Amino acid sequence: MTKTLLEVEKMKKYFPINGGILGRKIGEVKAVDDVSFSVFEGETFGLVGESGCGKSTTGRTLLRLHEPTDGKVKFNNQELTNLSLSELRTVRRDVQMIFQDPFASLNPRQTVEKILEEPLIVHKIGTPKERKQMVIEMLETVGLSSYHAKRYPHQFSGGQRQRIGIARALMTKPKLIIADEPVSALDVSIQSQILNLLDDLQKAFSLTYIFIAHDLGVVRHICDRVAVMYLGKIVELSNSEKLYKKPLHPYTEALLSSVPIPDPTYEREHIELSGEMPSPSNPPKGCSFHTRCPHSMDICKTVQPEFEEIEQDHYVACHLYNKNEQL
Amino acid sequence: MAELARNNAPQKSLRGNSFLLWIEAWKSFKKNKLAVVGLFIVIVFIFLALSAPYITPEGINDQKLADRLLPPSSEHWLGTDDFGRDILSRVIHGARISLWVGFVSVIGSIVVGCFLGILAGYYGRWVDTIISRFFDIMLAFPSILLAIAIVSVLGPSLRNALIAIAIINVPNFGRLIRSKVLSIKQEEYVTAAKAIGMRDRRILFFHILPNSMAPIIVQGTLAIATAIIEAAALGFLGLGAEPPAPEWGKMLADSKNYLVQAPWTMFFPGIAIMLTVLGFNLMGDGLRDALDPRMKN
Repeated sequence: MTKTLLEVEKMKKYFPINGGILGRKIGEVKAVDDVSFSVFEGETFGLVGESGCGKSTTGRTLLRLHEPTDGKVKFNNQELTNLSLSELRTVRRDVQMIFQDPFASLNPRQTVEKILEEPLIVHKIGTPKERKQMVIEMLETVGLSSYHAKRYPHQFSGGQRQRIGIARALMTKPKLIIADEPVSALDVSIQSQILNLLDDLQKAFSLTYIFIAHDLGVVRHICDRVAVMYLGKIVELSNSEKLYKKPLHPYTEALLSSVPIPDPTYEREHIELSGEMPSPSNPPKGCSFHTRCPHSMDICKTVQPEFEEIEQDHYVACHLYNKNEQL
Repeated sequence: MAELARNNAPQKSLRGNSFLLWIEAWKSFKKNKLAVVGLFIVIVFIFLALSAPYITPEGINDQKLADRLLPPSSEHWLGTDDFGRDILSRVIHGARISLWVGFVSVIGSIVVGCFLGILAGYYGRWVDTIISRFFDIMLAFPSILLAIAIVSVLGPSLRNALIAIAIINVPNFGRLIRSKVLSIKQEEYVTAAKAIGMRDRRILFFHILPNSMAPIIVQGTLAIATAIIEAAALGFLGLGAEPPAPEWGKMLADSKNYLVQAPWTMFFPGIAIMLTVLGFNLMGDGLRDALDPRMKN
């Protein structure tokens, strides 16, 4: 049995909307609404969904870069949600993050050497000399050269910068890395290089990834298990093989049918979703997907479906599969 | 797009240079002819100020009553004042006072303003409310009036004028830094710094502050010009330097009674004020163009 590294229980993140003359709270955006999942050691856990569904917020709330509104996050059997800020800082040595935009996530006034050395300084690892050595080694590990150390971020290409971002995340030898759309800002040709690098690093450093993405093709390539998010909720969770072969939730079906297949003769049913994603500040009653669902039933408009294990390791939140409620 | 454009810059010559950003800024500063003129004026005045005791023909208070109110001549290049003092010597010594007041008061304003602005911008909420409203209140007064009020409380002297000028400039820098911090706080590299596990203090001093320095340098240069004018104004009103200090504003005030008989007594200190202020303003504008990335687009 593989060990559970991270456990998320009923995590919520609501952002307040302030308005009116007095700037009082007049509503909230339910960016993450009651999300639960576990991540096992050594796996790559994918988190997919269209933009604005709360997948990035989930990643950031896990790390308490946003304070969760409610719920629990357990990392290595340690609860993160009630740690003090200084205790949290020590945990951050083991949980690092790779960011989407390699242009914005590196301080333009620091050399690569400084950028990579900083996590070590912050966590008081090594002497200055050892740290320099570790920076050089890490640069080579991620496919850059030691002479790059003295350069500034703007002297690199997007792919190279993302390598620097990855190197920074790896400096403290973390156990878990949250990769927030690490390749979506890159050219397709560079994407595969970075994905392969992430794959190699996972083996070399026995890392666990939470891989946030909107590109299902990328996710299929790299992830062991995948959770599909819609409007702040996880609607389906399964291992990626099952999910791609036999998606259960109508939303997943629609998403998968939109992935281009490199075979021009292949004919398939294309499920088109009509309408926009409803606003997370005013989510629909019942199942949040019922406004766009091709299989919408009466019950969907009133009762929120439970997130249940339909088959082994295959969870879904949909009335179509809910045996107890089926009429 | 600016990022992409910079990426195309030749990389060979830039390799391994830690002052790279400043060198780039200097290159674009050099192209601006007026800014270089401004820099030249400023350097000349700094040179005069530093070497004043060695280059002036006479002391600042060498009174020769027989030689009073002499027009410019080969002996007294800029003439003499009503006590028979050499105006050239006094103007050169005046540069020391004006530049000293300008630099020190602006540095003081920057330090205090940065501190308050960073607190307000980074911590937000009630800290921001208190500090920002305090700035608003200070900015509600015309700055010279506020300076006069502060000097009259502290008592007239050059040091107190300097303190007053520093105080009235604090909200300008505070607001500037606050807005800069507010925008940089949202940058992903600050989030990244938090994710790494950095303390607020480290984030503020290593990530936010260095990235908000460019507008501070620009504003600082321009503020030196204003500070020099304000010091001269306070001196003119008798609230700054005390006699016999050769403060330019004070010299203007002392010679206003001889405007018709001996206009040079007023003309040359006035020209000195104008030139230094012009120099700092031209230089500041040039720096703004060179350092402010928004102007590049």
